[in-house]
Amino acid sequence: MIEHFSYIVTVFLMVAGLYVVIARGNLIKKLVGLSIFQTSVYLLYIAPGKLIGGTAPILAPQYGIYSNPLPHVLILTAIVVGIATLALGLALAVRIREVYGTIEEDEILALDHQVEAAQEPRGEQREEKGA
Amino acid sequence: MSLSAQLPALQVVLPLLSAPLAVLLRRGWLAFAVVTAAAWAAFAIAIGLWLQVDALPSNGVISYHIGSWAPPWGIEYRIDRLTSFVLVLVSGMAALVLPYSRASIAREIPQESHYLFYAMLGLCLAGLLGITITGDAFNVFVFLEISSLSAYVLIALGRDRRALAASYRYLIMGSIGATFIVIGIGFLYLMTGTLNLADMAARIGAIESSRPVLAALAFLTVGISLKLALFPLHQWLPNAYTYAPSAVTAFLAATATKVSVYVLIRFYFSVFGDSLVFHKLPLPQLMLWLSLLALFAASFIAIFQDNLKRLFAYSSVGQIGYITLGLSFDSVNGLTASIVHLFNHGIAKAAIFLLIGALVVGIARPGAAPPAPTFDRLAGLARRMPLTSFGIVIAGLSLIGVPGTAGFISKWYLVLAALEKGQLWLVGAILLSSLLAVAYVWRFVEAAYFQAPPPGRELKREAPLSLLIPAWVLVLASVWFGLDTSLTLGSAVEVAEGLVRHRP
Repeated sequence: MIEHFSYIVTVFLMVAGLYVVIARGNLIKKLVGLSIFQTSVYLLYIAPGKLIGGTAPILAPQYGIYSNPLPHVLILTAIVVGIATLALGLALAVRIREVYGTIEEDEILALDHQVEAAQEPRGEQREEKGA
Repeated sequence: MSLSAQLPALQVVLPLLSAPLAVLLRRGWLAFAVVTAAAWAAFAIAIGLWLQVDALPSNGVISYHIGSWAPPWGIEYRIDRLTSFVLVLVSGMAALVLPYSRASIAREIPQESHYLFYAMLGLCLAGLLGITITGDAFNVFVFLEISSLSAYVLIALGRDRRALAASYRYLIMGSIGATFIVIGIGFLYLMTGTLNLADMAARIGAIESSRPVLAALAFLTVGISLKLALFPLHQWLPNAYTYAPSAVTAFLAATATKVSVYVLIRFYFSVFGDSLVFHKLPLPQLMLWLSLLALFAASFIAIFQDNLKRLFAYSSVGQIGYITLGLSFDSVNGLTASIVHLFNHGIAKAAIFLLIGALVVGIARPGAAPPAPTFDRLAGLARRMPLTSFGIVIAGLSLIGVPGTAGFISKWYLVLAALEKGQLWLVGAILLSSLLAVAYVWRFVEAAYFQAPPPGRELKREAPLSLLIPAWVLVLASVWFGLDTSLTLGSAVEVAEGLVRHRP
């Protein structure tokens, strides 16, 4: 149990993040969930690459054990990608707030349905006027 | 080193550089010139690589070492026949959509953000080419995110406010998909200790039934299926395609989902080989049923759409079903059908979306922004815009799979693959689902050709040539590749035989 500690944390974060994305209707909370979900993956890569007592890969006689540096490099890239995704998501949420006046998913859907329902009779009226 | 040896790197670097350059130049037409030049250069390079692969013996591979670091430690670009096939499709589509986009976005996007549109298109192109060309698993993820993030922005540029909501939804689902892919790659890396796809394929045989590898396969399947809009995971697609600017819809419909299919083929056939995918997990059965569901459910929903763009968006979900159906057969004919359909559907659907972009320009009132292409506005369209309407019909015939069009070739091979498996009912299902395609294409034909145009709108008012020429090039291509199949079918058969018969 204890030797799998990092995996348990990883899976907990993964599932919790995914749950928040699916269960919450607030656009910002969804992004929070998405970020937690993505962060769990950082842990999935980093934790197995770390050896307890290991150093950075320095080729010198006094350092015998070192951790695998590659996962760190990969996750550095993944963090940048995650930040870009979060920034774009927040920018979209701001724009959605500007044009819809809300960031609740169900309210946005309701507004869209209103618009669609309002458009149809207007189309017919236009035809009648033309005739 | 000569220039021709550096083509693989230039393939990605040129579009990638064009994007920040377009932002720095800021002027709409300068940005247009830079990104278009990069796209045409990418197309030329893709053809150059095609010829280089052609000169190699059968199933030859061009291996390019980034920064001269030898694989499996350094990042490797690997170009085989399939890679080069997809590279030509993606860069060719960009080369056609860019000249079209100048006239199209003038009416759909505010003048001051034109340069950003071109920058994002350049970035998206670089990402898609990168996914295709790279031989490194983590690189696939990075390029996937480059192309996806720019695609979200491109969709959000649509005029309708629903474009923003569609883009947000795509961002959430796309990021979940990409994260699933990166979890899958992580498991594979933990188990094999390598990120190079070819090296991974060589090492995976010894541990193929271990649980992390099976979990990796499951994560990759779900993640890539989200990206390629396999039926129950397609919810992001219809709204995104409907509200995005016309040029963006055409470009993404022809390339983004197709590149995801390519990634799926790479992982299924090149990395995992046959043993795992097709015997350890019931994936073929799952793929088969989901594909059939896509064929029928999505095509059926398409018939009842009021917006022409949305109709063809649902049709895309259905057509992707044919591609995954071919994969599920795990045979040379099935894979051939998938690869050919990936190309044929790409050009036919791009032609349709480009023509819809021309159509909305034609039905707009002078000076006004283009309206949504709903069916009540399409009555009698054939009299007003004969070239546009006729083009949509021809490309629609290719979607149905009428002999003489490209769509027929892929369906023919799909039917052959089903017969080969002795599954006659599947042949019936493929033909029946084609009837659904007839139904939705017919809805357009009926509105455009058999309904009288509303009064005051009988005048012929064809869309500008700058919109019609790129679209008609694709329409003619979907007829050409139905008659002369040596290029598409020839290479697809070679690829399929390489992947299915000579597994590592």
